[in-house]
Amino acid sequence: MEEIIKEVVIGEQEEYLINIGPQHPSTHGVLRLVVSLKGEIVKNVQPHIGYIHRGIEKMCESITYPQIIHLTDRMDYLSACINNEAVCLTVEKALEVEIPDRIKIIRTIMAELTRIQSHQLFWASYGMDLGGQTCYFYGLRDREKILDIFEETTGGRMIVSYNCPGGLMYDIHPNFQKRVKEFIKYFRSVLWEYDAILTGNVIFRERTIGIGKLSLVDAISYGITGPSGRASGFSCDIRKQEPYSAYDRVKFNEVMFKEGDTYHRYLARIEEMRESMNIIDQLIDNIPEGQYFVKMKPVIRLPEGEYFQRVETARGELDVFIISDGNKNPYRLKFRSPNFVNLGVLNHITKDFKIADLIAIAGSLDFVIPDIDR
Amino acid sequence: MLLSKISNALGIVSEPWWKVFYDFSSLTKGIDEGLRSSMSTFWAVTVEMVMIGVLFLLFYAAIGLFLVYAERKVCAFIQNRLGPNRIGPYGIFQTVADLIKLLFKELIPIKNADSFLFNLAPYIVIIVNFMVLAAIPFAKGLHAIDFNIGIFYVIAVSSMSVIGVLLAGWSSNSKYSLIGAMRSGAQIVSYELSIGLAIITVVILAGSMQLSEIVEAQRTGWFIFKGHVPVFIAFVIYIISGTAETNRGPFDMAEAESELTAGYHTEYSGIKFAFFYLAEYINMFIIASVASTLFLGGWMPFHVGNWEGFNRIMDFIPPFFWFIGKTFFVIYLIMLFKWTFPRLRIDQLLTLEWKYLLPINLVNVLIMAFLVLMGWHF
Amino acid sequence: MDKTQLGEFVKSLKPDAIVTDGKQYTEVTVADTELHSLAKKLRESEETWFDFLVCLTGVDYGKDFGVIYHLKSTRYEHMIVLKTRTSEREKPVLNSVCDIWKGAEFHEREVYDLLGVKFNHHPDLRRLFLDSSWGFPLRKDYVDDINIVSK
Repeated sequence: MEEIIKEVVIGEQEEYLINIGPQHPSTHGVLRLVVSLKGEIVKNVQPHIGYIHRGIEKMCESITYPQIIHLTDRMDYLSACINNEAVCLTVEKALEVEIPDRIKIIRTIMAELTRIQSHQLFWASYGMDLGGQTCYFYGLRDREKILDIFEETTGGRMIVSYNCPGGLMYDIHPNFQKRVKEFIKYFRSVLWEYDAILTGNVIFRERTIGIGKLSLVDAISYGITGPSGRASGFSCDIRKQEPYSAYDRVKFNEVMFKEGDTYHRYLARIEEMRESMNIIDQLIDNIPEGQYFVKMKPVIRLPEGEYFQRVETARGELDVFIISDGNKNPYRLKFRSPNFVNLGVLNHITKDFKIADLIAIAGSLDFVIPDIDR
Repeated sequence: MLLSKISNALGIVSEPWWKVFYDFSSLTKGIDEGLRSSMSTFWAVTVEMVMIGVLFLLFYAAIGLFLVYAERKVCAFIQNRLGPNRIGPYGIFQTVADLIKLLFKELIPIKNADSFLFNLAPYIVIIVNFMVLAAIPFAKGLHAIDFNIGIFYVIAVSSMSVIGVLLAGWSSNSKYSLIGAMRSGAQIVSYELSIGLAIITVVILAGSMQLSEIVEAQRTGWFIFKGHVPVFIAFVIYIISGTAETNRGPFDMAEAESELTAGYHTEYSGIKFAFFYLAEYINMFIIASVASTLFLGGWMPFHVGNWEGFNRIMDFIPPFFWFIGKTFFVIYLIMLFKWTFPRLRIDQLLTLEWKYLLPINLVNVLIMAFLVLMGWHF
Repeated sequence: MDKTQLGEFVKSLKPDAIVTDGKQYTEVTVADTELHSLAKKLRESEETWFDFLVCLTGVDYGKDFGVIYHLKSTRYEHMIVLKTRTSEREKPVLNSVCDIWKGAEFHEREVYDLLGVKFNHHPDLRRLFLDSSWGFPLRKDYVDDINIVSK
């Protein structure tokens, strides 16, 4: 075919270009935004990424399947357990391995704990971005309790590498159930503080209500999933549509709003924390006895073909797509990461708002930059 | 003992030496007469001015050191942590350590910046602060400049600090600084109006602009109790406008760290940055001390009606401590705001002033005038 | 629509498309010139309404380059896989689907950056992660001097 590609010209002569990042207190990582302004109004936002591109997909073509788990932790490091689960589920689906209930339930509990701690960090850093610096300390104080639970069971606070093909790396610690129950009780009694400081605060509401509206049609067309998409009315929760692990035996609500502005993206995450606590409540008391590991061959080879698995991380839909040619390494491994897709919509929804709103919108879309760059 | 010997030598009326803490005018008159009798008037006045200048410099430095430390401790207290506690007992020498560090830093000269204005800007802010500090009544007799348009002088001089801010932003030759300085300039100039009108409300009640007379008029009760509703509204408006004036608290969009690095003082380093930093805290001290003078009774103790015993106990505490206590209470309030609320956007800031605070202020002034006319105050 | 009905529908739209029944989803392989029109019809026809582009993957098959599209419908909750290939190794070019699904913009930039496949009518085809002097790392014949890939 012939090439019909036009030259791209970013920014015109009379526009005022400002550079935000890559080192910046509030872009949550190494993201560079080139913003063209007219006075205080943002006309165009161009993200420049690749500062933390490590070539994970290329690396995966030369390592074995159990080794891939350790790379997935470092992609979206705030949903580390769920990323591990995604690759494990793909491999187990390809090899058609039956996973016992105990493993499924523990995987679900860890995934929900991961989701809660990711949203806690979102709340903490979002408050700090907007200027209420106390939120950072309150959010992290509570997140430490979950990280202590992780450390006791898996050995790592944030980079857990807990799931592996065939089950879990280690069995849960004997204290696990007790500590999780204590944490749920404590956090439920403290969650009103989050609402009191930010959600009901009139300054916060003025800065977020009506800012950065994302319509439902745009959300579907751009592919925005996760709490950001659900706040616009896009029903995309994979835990409901294609349940995996133990999600088919718990009852929970999908948190959806219609307005799609910054405030509702924020609110969707706070409500999701409550729903996650409900899920954990239903599962924590009846963890069945059994093995924590299904014996697999020492060298895992997937049969030839293509395998596709979708999971719901804290930020949206993570898809793992493996093309295998029968070897012990995948031929092509693709991670469709939620943050990468969510970044594509930043320019569209920030048009004609002010610089201060850009920070509020970028914070509410909740990026983790290593997931964008992989 | 030693103090009484000195006071006798200087020819001051002999009375118990600790009475001086309740009424500094005897000490100051004594020093004044002593100087005038030993040298010509010109030199006496010059020596007095030098003495007052040195005293103010020391006071400025001491208050600055203390306020920076206090802010960090209050901030830590709200955020559920400890704050500085390593340097000195309870960390009280933390600011000294910071100051020494800033003194050692390299003063980076900006290549294309207007170097004269660049160097001048921090000094303007400091000088303006000094001029305002001189007019505040710290205790009975400890009042450097006391003339009949006291409060008007305070407002007029403190609005000159906007020149320092604009100069700093403009001469830095940097987009970030310029945006920060423009925002800051617009904000300060708008909130001048609210401060002025809130102060006029109190001036109407007091009947005079002279600061010592305003304090005297509160002998029978602080203004916030005397002129109930309108003075309370004026107090709230004054605190809000005061924090906006000093670019603090929820109104610090101009130097919002998470957005524009540091706004108009991005390009300053070392001791010049320390000047801006100190000036912000002294500004806050000035706002708080004017608030306590006008609304909370200055150095007047807290008297309740006819409770003689209670009043005598209250009188026992020297007026200087009353003044400092009230000022620090207001400073604590202002610090609480900063660490609790998120920031307002610049257009929301200006909307707050022009569409909400200004009409409320005008109506308040009317109500106050009516109140004074009808005599419906205590 | 289930897998067989989808296959029949696609066959009726493009008779020379190859429809296979994968383990999970229906897989449709078309020629590179036909892809854009097929994708547009799948997006707009009322029976299928594939309005959500789930994933866009670029693959280096050794001799040709391919792109795999996973599509999902929010109305009917069915999924389909579209595949296409181009056999030019020197200057591979395909048609962009940015006008159908706006989210394809970033995906196609990534495929261009890592594999070198250009897309016609893309609004903003620049390199995304790497700068313009790098080769195309995901190609199978990429020579990597730093030995990230160990065989």
